[in-house]
Amino acid sequence: MAYPSAAHTSPPRQPSVKVILAAADVSRVVDRIAHQILEKTQGAADTVLLGIPTRGVPLARRLAARIGTFEDVAVPAGVLDITLYRDDLRRHATRAVGPTQLPAGGIDGKRVVLVDDVLFSGRTVRAALDALSDVGRPASVQLAVLVDRGHRQLPIRADYVGKNIPTALAENVKVTLAETDGADEVRLYGEATAA
Amino acid sequence: MIRHLLSGADLDAATATLILDTAAEMATVAGREVKKLPALRGRTVVNLFYEDSTRTRISFEAAAKRLSADVINFSAKGSSVTKGESLKDTALTLQAMGADAVVVRHPASGAPHRLADWVDGSVVNAGDGTHEHPTQALLDAYTMRARLGRLAGLHVAVVGDVLHSRVARSNVLLLSTLGAKVTLVGPPTLIPVDIAQALAPGIDVSYDLDAVLPNVDVVMMLRVQRERMTDSYFPSAREYARRYGLDAPRMRRLPEHAIVMHPGPMNRGMEITPEVADSPRSTIVEQVANGVSVRMAVLYLLLGGNNL
Repeated sequence: MAYPSAAHTSPPRQPSVKVILAAADVSRVVDRIAHQILEKTQGAADTVLLGIPTRGVPLARRLAARIGTFEDVAVPAGVLDITLYRDDLRRHATRAVGPTQLPAGGIDGKRVVLVDDVLFSGRTVRAALDALSDVGRPASVQLAVLVDRGHRQLPIRADYVGKNIPTALAENVKVTLAETDGADEVRLYGEATAA
Repeated sequence: MIRHLLSGADLDAATATLILDTAAEMATVAGREVKKLPALRGRTVVNLFYEDSTRTRISFEAAAKRLSADVINFSAKGSSVTKGESLKDTALTLQAMGADAVVVRHPASGAPHRLADWVDGSVVNAGDGTHEHPTQALLDAYTMRARLGRLAGLHVAVVGDVLHSRVARSNVLLLSTLGAKVTLVGPPTLIPVDIAQALAPGIDVSYDLDAVLPNVDVVMMLRVQRERMTDSYFPSAREYARRYGLDAPRMRRLPEHAIVMHPGPMNRGMEITPEVADSPRSTIVEQVANGVSVRMAVLYLLLGGNNL
């Protein structure tokens, strides 16, 4: 798509919005990731799901619940707050620290699956890996994301991907979930060009 | 977020609650194998102590180190201060060394406020004269909230040497902000009623400890600060202990759930008996542990972002 020439003036455009996944798609994608976790971990024994706030947390709980209905195995889900491990703390106003909640059995020797909504630069996952090594020593760590939008800045990849969405850097992927935002949806926002 | 923490009055209810909530998260680090967070890597915290202190200095040092900050300890003893260097010149030296935060304790009330004008970094008041000690008030509030579940509506008796107590002043300010009711108790010579009224209008004052005890949720005993006393404020230590010291019979007058606090260091046998200090109602040891978490929260919230 060609950019409008600088000389041409037009009223500011609204950013384009495209729904990538509707509510029914989100639940199908979660179901598929749950099945893939069961398949790849041979029944999800000794597996712990840790959600990265904000939206990784309800996703981890949903995955645990779905795994429980498919195979009758109780997979504990927890929360891993990464605020204090971010590499951009000093670029923003101070961020509020959230709770880290590890399942009762801890994570030592377990297979930990980190869960997040969008995989983008990979920096969040880098911070999560650092946070993880300070709270225990898992046997292995995997990564599950609802959306992979590309543009990695670090050598990180996901083990389970709900949907690959090719994006431009200026575009924005927004995941909403019933627990945090009232409804399940994945939207792609285009560039908000003011001509 | 605020830039300095100089007074209990610097904190509104939202900021104070944010500090207490952050401290609750910081407290979980103490239970981990790796008691370290990378949040303040590469930042420098200077502990500038012109007055003797064990728990406060160690507490700030532990807090800064757990957040991975570099800590420089400066105590007036053995420094150029003994050669006559002024606070301002010392401050400029620290400034030149690139201190991101200066934690200062000084015998002169108001010294941290002056210091805040001279350095670019954040200044944290760790006790100035008989004026304020805001992180002590925060850790006291944290301890009350942890033990009793809330702060709003609590009735707190602050007992003893209010006149010389920076802990009392900061507590009155912070507890009033957070919705607790404070009653000052002590001999009339040690309760500056006009100052108390200026700090928290409508604050209750009582000279009868026994009458107050059945109605409080928290009793906070203050240290009798003999080193600051230039006059005879009470006839004898024994008389003080008899009228305002907390002993076991007095402790039994407290409601079932009430807790006993003391900022330390204690004069055992003077304002508090060993029996009370070591009882399950006493939070004195918890207060020290909570101090590290609260100071971690303060340092993180002051230095963690780009708010400088």
